[in-house]
This record gives sequence, C-alpha cells and structure tokens, in this order.
Amino acid sequence: MNELVHGALYGTLIATAILSTIAMGIWFERKFAGRMQQRLGPTIVGPAGLLQPFADIIKLLQKEDIVPRDADRGLFDLAPILAVVCSLGVAAVIPFSPSIIASDLDVGVLWVLGIGGLMVIPTFAAGWGSNNKFALLGAMRAIAQSVSYGVPLVLAVLVPVVLSGSLSISGIVAWQAQHHWFAVWPIVPGLPAFVIFFLAMLAESNRIPFDIPEAESELVAGITTEYTGAKFTLFYMAEYVHTLVGSALGAALFFGGWDGPFAPGLHWMVLKTLTLFVLIYWVRWSLLRFRADQLMRLCWTWLTPIGVALLLVSAAWVTFGGTN
Amino acid sequence: MQSAWLSAFAFLLVSTLVGAGLLGAASVLRVRAKYDSPLKHNTYECGEEPAGMSWMQFHARYYVVALFFVLFDVEAAFFFPWATVLREEGTSAFIAAVTFAAVLMLGWLYAVRKEALEWQ
Repeated sequence: MNELVHGALYGTLIATAILSTIAMGIWFERKFAGRMQQRLGPTIVGPAGLLQPFADIIKLLQKEDIVPRDADRGLFDLAPILAVVCSLGVAAVIPFSPSIIASDLDVGVLWVLGIGGLMVIPTFAAGWGSNNKFALLGAMRAIAQSVSYGVPLVLAVLVPVVLSGSLSISGIVAWQAQHHWFAVWPIVPGLPAFVIFFLAMLAESNRIPFDIPEAESELVAGITTEYTGAKFTLFYMAEYVHTLVGSALGAALFFGGWDGPFAPGLHWMVLKTLTLFVLIYWVRWSLLRFRADQLMRLCWTWLTPIGVALLLVSAAWVTFGGTN
Repeated sequence: MQSAWLSAFAFLLVSTLVGAGLLGAASVLRVRAKYDSPLKHNTYECGEEPAGMSWMQFHARYYVVALFFVLFDVEAAFFFPWATVLREEGTSAFIAAVTFAAVLMLGWLYAVRKEALEWQ
C-alpha cells in the first residue's frame, strides 16, 4: 500500500515535471530553430513568446473532435492514451536524484525496454484504426523502424548493464558514481555504445533524421493524419515525452545520472538530461531525412554488428580486469 | 524490492490518468460545431473520394523485418541474465557468450550475403 502511494505521488511529481519541461521545450525548440534560420521564432504571446505553448495547448483542446466514418472507433480512441502511457511509463524507473525515483525496480532496464517497446501497439492501433492509407503506411513504416532500431538499442543498453553487473537503473548510476561514467571510461565500449543508443533513441522517437514514419512530403502526417484536437495533442505530447525520457535515460546510463561535484544530484541529472535534449533539437534542425532503405541499412548492416562487438568488448573488460 | 512493482504500476496508472484527463478536459473545453456535413467524416485522401478501405495487404518486406526482430530479440533476452552473472562466472561465461555471438553473427552474415537485409 505504501509503495502504491509512493509510486502515485512520485509519478504525479515526475509526470508534472516532464510535461512542464516539454511545454517549455516546445517554446525553446521554436526559438532555437528560429535563431538557426535567422528568424525570431515566437514573439507575440507573452514576453519573448514564452506563453506560446499554453496558447497552443488551449487552442488544441478547443478543436472539434472528428472521427472518420469508416474508422475503428475503439482503437482510434484508445491509441493516443496508450501512446502517452507507453512513453511516460518509462520514466517510472529513472532516478532523478538518489532519492527521487518513482519505483526502484531491480529489473529497471527491462522495464524501460519493455514499456518503450510497447509503443508499437498504439502506433499500429492508430494506423489501422484510422482506416486511412497514409496512416496505415505510416504505422507500418514506424513499426518496421522502431522494431529494427530496438535491436541496436538493446545491445547498446546491455553495455552499461554488463559493465556494472546490474539491471537496475539506480544500481547502474550508483556504480558510475562510485567508479566512473561509462561514456568516459572504459571509452571503447562506452562512448560508441552511447552513440548507438543516441541514434537508436532518435529512431525510436521518430526524430529527424529518422522521421520517415511521418515524412510529411510523402505521407501527409503518418499515423496522425486523421487525428484532431486533443487526440492529436496526445500523440504530439507522447513524441516529446519519449524524446525527453530518452535523454534522461541516456544521461543515467552513460553519463552517471545524478553524479557530479558541487551541486545536488537533481541539478546534475536535469543538466545532463537537458543537454541531450538540446542536442536532439540541434540534430533535428541541422540534418535532412534519410531514405527508408538507408535507414534500414544503417540499422542492420552497421549498428547491429557493431553493437554485438561492443557487447563482447565490454564483457572482455569485465572478465579480464580493467574495471571491478 | 518486489514491492517496487506496485510503485511502477501506480506510475502507469498516473500516466493513464494524464492521457485520459487531457481527453476529458478537451471534451469540456471543446467548441461544438453548429452544423455537420457527411463530407467532414470522410477518410482523408487528399480531397478525393476515398477509394475503398485501407485494410488491405501490405508489402512482404515488413514480414522479413519482423522475423529478424524476433531472432535478435530472443538473442537479447539470452544476454540479459548472462550480463548479471558475468562477474561471478568469469572466463567460462565470456567464452559461452563469444560462441553464442559467433553463431548469431554467422546467421547475420548469411542474411547480408543473401541481401535479405536490403529494403527493396
């Protein structure tokens, strides 16, 4: 019972923090993208356009809810909620400081991969339920992509698991706090594993350069083609939550999470997470979209074998000395 | 540690409430349309009348991707318990993993040579 209250309390706290971060993150992204393209970004609503995300949310919630006549109503309505659950649920096991963690699960890594992997279900429910050709094509591409990139993701996540010998994320962070960050040392499985993790995470959250599932020049809007108003907002939110939680996960697994000198753990975790989050925006507004075949080739002929090799290197590191 | 599952499921419950709550808020805030048109509820197909349903067959290459995913995901499932005991088991566990990975990558090499991994 105590644990239920703890989970619900910290869940509310963490979910609120994540959602307000992404609201401001959307403002930041538009400002950032604007500056990169030599324009100003939002300026009208509030000082420096700071209230723009709230205006957007209120506008979206007021929109009419249109469900296509031929759609599968049940799947169509369920998909956006499931998308939010699958992206937000991952945050349950991420330690934001030594004490701020909703659920210190001893198989935290499996929870992250499992709940994150379930994301294909709302994707397919949305694509199939819409009964729209663009949506179905988008869903099929999204599933092929996230299923493929799930493999290098798992292999990259296995590197910190092997090096620390723990499946719990707080355990992995504690190990790094005691010894060293995995992205820094041992640098050979650590840093390349982080790069693979980062690429796979971009692909899993359908970010440029891997945003083929909703390539707007080909597929209108992919799975969200038929969605309006609040349900569209939920998909949009889920995508940003996925990115932010992925950044937090990268910070925890490879950059020592809350570990750092001079400041409380929470500050370090937030700093690292936001740095990765900004890096994703930077990539997004700098690169072009891959083609579907390039995307698949990168995953299966490069990232997967490299991931297996890195896994074996980290195993050798653990077995034959190096770190203890 | 078992009780951590309760917290995790409470977290999922909170996430569900976030999603459902937003939909609930929208159903209160929403502006209702004054009149309706049958065209509004048509499936979107760039303004044309939709041609048939979209519940149809799709390309077989998706099936191949699913097969590879199953293969490599099963392999990953084997790696997880191994990763946690590697420190105690030492060299024998390391050799076992290398053998396992070698067999797996042999299959991967075959797939590459057969061009099964090409998206075409």
